[in-house]
Amino acid sequence: MGHAYTPGLKVTDKLLVTKNRILPLKGNVIVKKGDKVSPDDVVAQTHLPGKVDPVNIANKLGIPPEDMDEVMLKKKGDSIEVGEILAKTKGFLGLSFLSQSEKSHVSGSVESVSNITGQVLLRGQPIPVEVKAYVTGEVTEVFEKEGVAISTWSSFVQGIFGIGGETHGEIKVVVENNASVLTDKEISDDCKGKVIVGGSMVTADAIKKAAKVGAAGIVVGGFDDKDLRDFLGYDIGVAITGSEEIGVTLVVTEGFGQINMAGTTFELLKSKEGKLACINGATQIRAGVIRPEVIIPFDRDINDKDDVDDFREMGLQTGSPVRVIRHPYFGMLGKVVSLPPELAELESGSRARVLEVEFDDGKKAIVPRANVEMLES
Amino acid sequence: MAKMNPEDIKIILATDCGSTTTKAILIEKKDGEYRLMVRGEAPTTVEAPFEDVTKGVLNAVGEVEELCGRKLIDEEGRIISPASGNVGTDIYISTSSAGGGLQMMVAGVVRSMTAESAERAALGAGSIVMDVIASNDKRLPHEQIERIRRLRPDMILLSGGIDHGTTTHVVEIAELVAAADPKPRLGSGYKLPIIYAGNIDAAEAVKETLSDKVDLKIVPNLRPVLERENLAPAREEIHNLFMEHVMAQAPGYRTLMKWTDAPIMPTPGAVGLIIKTIADIEGIEVVGVDIGGATTDVFSVFRPGESREGVFNRTVSANLGMSYSISNVFAEATLPMVMRWVPFHMDERDLRNRVKNKMIRPTTIPQSMEELIFEQAIAKEALRLAFIQHKSFATVLKGVQQQRTIADAFEQTSSGASLVNMMTLDILVGSGGVLSHAPKRQQSALMMIDSFVPEGITRLAVDSIFMMPQLGVLATVLPQAATEVFNKDCLIHLGTCVAPVGELKKPGPLMDYKITLPDGKVESGTLQLGDLKLIKLGLGEDGLPLKAKAEFEPVKNIDIGAGKGHKLETEISGGVTGIVLDGRGRPFVLPEDNKMRITKLREWMMAMDIYPAAAFERQ
Repeated sequence: MGHAYTPGLKVTDKLLVTKNRILPLKGNVIVKKGDKVSPDDVVAQTHLPGKVDPVNIANKLGIPPEDMDEVMLKKKGDSIEVGEILAKTKGFLGLSFLSQSEKSHVSGSVESVSNITGQVLLRGQPIPVEVKAYVTGEVTEVFEKEGVAISTWSSFVQGIFGIGGETHGEIKVVVENNASVLTDKEISDDCKGKVIVGGSMVTADAIKKAAKVGAAGIVVGGFDDKDLRDFLGYDIGVAITGSEEIGVTLVVTEGFGQINMAGTTFELLKSKEGKLACINGATQIRAGVIRPEVIIPFDRDINDKDDVDDFREMGLQTGSPVRVIRHPYFGMLGKVVSLPPELAELESGSRARVLEVEFDDGKKAIVPRANVEMLES
Repeated sequence: MAKMNPEDIKIILATDCGSTTTKAILIEKKDGEYRLMVRGEAPTTVEAPFEDVTKGVLNAVGEVEELCGRKLIDEEGRIISPASGNVGTDIYISTSSAGGGLQMMVAGVVRSMTAESAERAALGAGSIVMDVIASNDKRLPHEQIERIRRLRPDMILLSGGIDHGTTTHVVEIAELVAAADPKPRLGSGYKLPIIYAGNIDAAEAVKETLSDKVDLKIVPNLRPVLERENLAPAREEIHNLFMEHVMAQAPGYRTLMKWTDAPIMPTPGAVGLIIKTIADIEGIEVVGVDIGGATTDVFSVFRPGESREGVFNRTVSANLGMSYSISNVFAEATLPMVMRWVPFHMDERDLRNRVKNKMIRPTTIPQSMEELIFEQAIAKEALRLAFIQHKSFATVLKGVQQQRTIADAFEQTSSGASLVNMMTLDILVGSGGVLSHAPKRQQSALMMIDSFVPEGITRLAVDSIFMMPQLGVLATVLPQAATEVFNKDCLIHLGTCVAPVGELKKPGPLMDYKITLPDGKVESGTLQLGDLKLIKLGLGEDGLPLKAKAEFEPVKNIDIGAGKGHKLETEISGGVTGIVLDGRGRPFVLPEDNKMRITKLREWMMAMDIYPAAAFERQ
């Protein structure tokens, strides 16, 4: 069996981050290995096939589908413009003023003509698609016609839940400490383009204000689900986010409700005030987990090697700092006192592997191992 | 491995490669019967950094080796076969839902007819149906094309039209698919498989339209005439393509496919198969449910009409589950519907945050009794919603002209009526963490009763360790072994729910009952409207339910299975919970008054010893 606990989220002041920037379809890569890039630089581009517009010419002109060849002025593969005549009947008794015609509503080409259904498929103009670098860094690998890998040394904070997509801006800490609530009063016009850092919670009004002043994003400890619903206008049913168009990206580091941002996370972000942060709220909790992230790149040779310990691989040990992630001790921080190997009966009557935790206030409790996550010491 | 004579098969090794855990079981024939010996599990290794499913399989089998002391893996890391002494297994079989399972899109001409038949075929084969495209699905053609293009299914099942009917519409659908030029989900090195199972006369035109772009397979029409479905050929082709394309693309599966003695089946397809096998062998009607973290599957076999021929149906409620999808259950069911099952008050803002925190940290478990009660309340709603969906899908064929007599006209049966008949249902089987691992078995029983609302006499059971998938694939090789293990080791028999149906104008008696237990003791009395009683009747030494003779005499207007007001004498089964006499009424409606609702909930929970009394003392 794997570890019976939730591995904590990654929070570190130095990490070599590599981001794959891949096109949805094959296209052109416009940077080369070794190039230095900035977040807004386009690294690859392609054209998606245009939208398809089906027109049933046989129905429109009132002819049997097998007569399609006789009326079609445009053939498969021909290019077309808006307003061009696609098909025309000969007219009653060959009189042209009694003929009927059908014009194209799109510019593009004729994809197919069917003699069975009378349907003509028109393909619109190709749609250009660009992939940007998203982070400041160096192109370390080129995947021919597909995209690139960009690496950068950075400070890195993994969030638990987010909304909104990729963006970037300077870090601006607007609250006093990790327990402060971020309200609309803390947000002013000088937050424009910035990544705002809050404490234990952000209010719905603060998010609205941030979007209004044009802030790039918000990083905060907790967020109330009721506010999330009021803000989005709908309830998030399954945690697959990132495509919301709300004008500001939100990265929640701890969970729903008012929860102090972990001290190490807050201190790290505070120490990086004024630096560029690249953030993404995209979250996917099913297979192939994606967590929201804050990447704060710094200048360092990507070939440098460093022993960066991943505290999460060490497993839970006596003395490990943990956070409880479920009621009745939700959000409380403490240290592991003991890890009894045998199953224990919980108040709910379930039997599970547990641990004893001593909270910061000195009180002790028995908690299922599945209900804690490790924190970096 | 060499083909074996079924009688010579003494040792069976079976695995189920799930999206997170690979589970292995070892079955042995002892004293003439097949029994489960041990079970092992290990994390699935389909994703990075391992990217080889066989590693997880070997780890899970390794745990089985340790537990039973039988050597099953050789030095080169292969499964040893056939068995000899204390080494090896006679056959090895597997199911898989790793890497997202089998994801399909289906298309047909009329949404409620051929498209629905195609959906039934795909679901029955164990697939997740990502979307159903039909000529009349109210989307414009360009929207349908856009949708087909965006989805990246593993395969598409295309149907439409009855044989020798109109060809135009089905070819039109094929043209839309061709225009979308869909790409397969896994890998770009092969063409997307499309199965055509529509009007035979349109096959040639469909081939012309599609064969350049996709890997087209043509099978007999799944709805050759309006009155009949023929789903088997399409389902068989889905399984073939699942092996050839989907499985072959997933890391390590080519090796795993060589190891197994029967084709690897999609997990839900195998679960459906064991349920169907059991239902057919015993000639009974069955509903099975598997409530997972993300989805809830419901399977049923009902026997409508005089032929009593079993009709199998499966539905997947994609976003009803207890962890990843818990927030969606809450959103779909609404707060008051969840909270009606909770015998105390809880703050809405706090509840909403708790639900979302479970969604983002799906592996946590309820520690406090309050959390358990709340989680089981959500489970009841998830099961209820999934069953509503199942009832509306498991219907007699729609669009069929029925010849009616005067008598039929009064019965109000119509084309498209649900096959689900709770009064004739014999057994309800639950599976999935919240049901299989509830701290008390009575809790599982009550969750199933409250959400499925069985009528008349219905046996209840849960799958002990979720081995239905392995038994499903075993049923294709050795049905006898599969059914023996299913009855004796897989199922935990909870007991029987006895629920009289019908409305009373005022509170009063529903029926008299007399139950003669195996030791001769008689339990008798009157069941009043609003009562919930539990009579203990357990399991025998062989692990199978004890039986009791029962006489039920309902009052006028009340039916227990023999008709309104008619006495029923029958034999009923016990189990770890016992016999539940459910007099809460069918239809079952909770009291509207909040105080009364809480009083009744507590009374029922105490009667069945669901939660300790202390759990109600808050507030």
